[in-house]
Amino acid sequence: MAQKELQFKLFRYNEGDEAPRYETYPVTVDENTTVLIALMHIRRDQDPSLMLRHSCHHASCGTCAMVINGQEQLACVVRAMELGTETVLVEPLRNIPVVSDLVVDMVNFYGRLNPADRPYIRQSEFLAESATPDGIELYTRFENCIECGACVSACPIMGTDENYYGPAALAAAWRVVEEPRGRDPQDALDWVDNEKGCWRCHVAYECTEVCPTGVDPGGKIMSLRGELTRQKFRNLFDFGRR
Amino acid sequence: METFHALIVGGGGTGAAVAHDLALRGLKVTLLERHEVTAGTTGRHHGLLHSGARYAVNDQESAIECIEENMTLRRIAPGSFEENDGLFVAINDEDVEYSHAFLEGCAECGIPTQRLTREQALRLEPNLNPDTILAVRIPDATMDAMRLPLRFFATAKQNGATIRPFHEVIGVVKQGNTVTGVRAIDHARGKEYEIGADIIINAAGPWSGQIADMAGVEVPIRPSPGVMVALQGRLCNMVINRMTRSGDGDIIVPQRNLSVIGTSSWVVEDPDALGLPEDHIQLMYDEGAKMIPLVNETPFRAAWSAARPLIGPRQADADSGRALSRTFKCFDHSDEGVEGFVTITGGKATTLRGMAEAAADVVVGKLGIDAPCRTKEVVLLPFEAYYA
Repeated sequence: MAQKELQFKLFRYNEGDEAPRYETYPVTVDENTTVLIALMHIRRDQDPSLMLRHSCHHASCGTCAMVINGQEQLACVVRAMELGTETVLVEPLRNIPVVSDLVVDMVNFYGRLNPADRPYIRQSEFLAESATPDGIELYTRFENCIECGACVSACPIMGTDENYYGPAALAAAWRVVEEPRGRDPQDALDWVDNEKGCWRCHVAYECTEVCPTGVDPGGKIMSLRGELTRQKFRNLFDFGRR
Repeated sequence: METFHALIVGGGGTGAAVAHDLALRGLKVTLLERHEVTAGTTGRHHGLLHSGARYAVNDQESAIECIEENMTLRRIAPGSFEENDGLFVAINDEDVEYSHAFLEGCAECGIPTQRLTREQALRLEPNLNPDTILAVRIPDATMDAMRLPLRFFATAKQNGATIRPFHEVIGVVKQGNTVTGVRAIDHARGKEYEIGADIIINAAGPWSGQIADMAGVEVPIRPSPGVMVALQGRLCNMVINRMTRSGDGDIIVPQRNLSVIGTSSWVVEDPDALGLPEDHIQLMYDEGAKMIPLVNETPFRAAWSAARPLIGPRQADADSGRALSRTFKCFDHSDEGVEGFVTITGGKATTLRGMAEAAADVVVGKLGIDAPCRTKEVVLLPFEAYYA
């Protein structure tokens, strides 16, 4: 298998440092080497102080989202050679506080996401192709959003307005409307119907662009707006009739 | 009563469950993990909540552990599983022959089974190989490999445990034959420090042999990696297992919008140097496609290796980890003349709570405390609470 030496230019920062710095490490990669594996090799062979988050290694947990050559991506599924650059620039997510190196603090992210009271389990779309089986009323599965923070990092509003709920939370709110699973979807609609919610979005669709699991937060924000607009028209006509 | 300080090395599922168990028993708990929590083996498993059926013929001790813990976890971690059951599918005469021993083994281990005809199986899972002869339904489920342990970490934290990711243990402190603490590096601050404890619990999984070396004791761990392949798209809703003895590529686990094919097995010395053998990736496709032919037409998402912490002789002569039991073991190293140091290893993701109970029983016994295990009853906090 073809091998090649690439330079990995990494954002470095420790608590107490005056300013972040960049350090470059050479790593020999092959066609299968992901950016995550290259970073783990740097930690193992060159600099054990390098900090990064990772867990599942297959785009299911969301911990290894980082900014690779300027674009939010999951390091575990980006093959370094396919980037096509001699130097691979790796930085932490934007709009989320940096703990150290490539590690960001997800506390604020979940603080924004949790009020959406998002469903964790959804009905499986595979249902359409199979009859309802005996004993299993409905197949269920986990939601698509892996809470990686890529959308929040890419969103141009998040950096300028700390009150904005952001694309991950708004997409979660739409999931409640789409598939309430016992909840009252009106709560979610009321929660987003303000200048911190779905009306703050500038429709840049950067979130949808970077989402690694096809959640399409931008589209979901537009769905929220559409539903709220329909409700307002309905209320207007009901008023006119009285 | 004196409050004892327990220090856990390793922030995977086992460490998480030990932290939760000991915090519930009233101990002061500190856990050190060199990476992010669940960054080693835990986060990388295929996400199966085992029914135990895989081990019902050859490793009944593991099978019984699995079915018991399967039921317990559904109770204490509601909402953490895709509860769509699993199928063992027979696609040739050899598989059908095996199904007799399989059904018998499941019955012996208390694993509920339902025999399905080809038509019934295909109605449940239309993408199955049309040559399927018969299938048996068993209570497998799917979990999020990171978010289940996060619920243990979150609950442990609420009960006073301190969880320190990115704190790497680099040495063990001993007074005479007693381990009294560890030396560690706090990577976020670049600082080295020493921390004392009344007891140290080595829960470092495939790395537990390295931690044991620091303490001067022997842990017969064999890091045994396996390759997994994730495909983009959901080929099935139930966990699909091949009706055969444990082998390469014998399982397809649906997870979120992915289908994970696992797994192969070999043995390495260094759990930080697993590699990703190209032929093992191809093997996952070849074997997976025998159960669900669409495997070969589904877009690739990821391939990776993860190291199982199997228990066996350290310098083994065999070159595959298949024959080793998947059960867990707790080592109290006092028989080697070392006090204050306990190792819990082996096992699997499904048995994390049971492993923790076994380890914590040894810990309280050594410390002379009367504190029963409560983890079978306490419902865990949601995983988000870890980030509070």
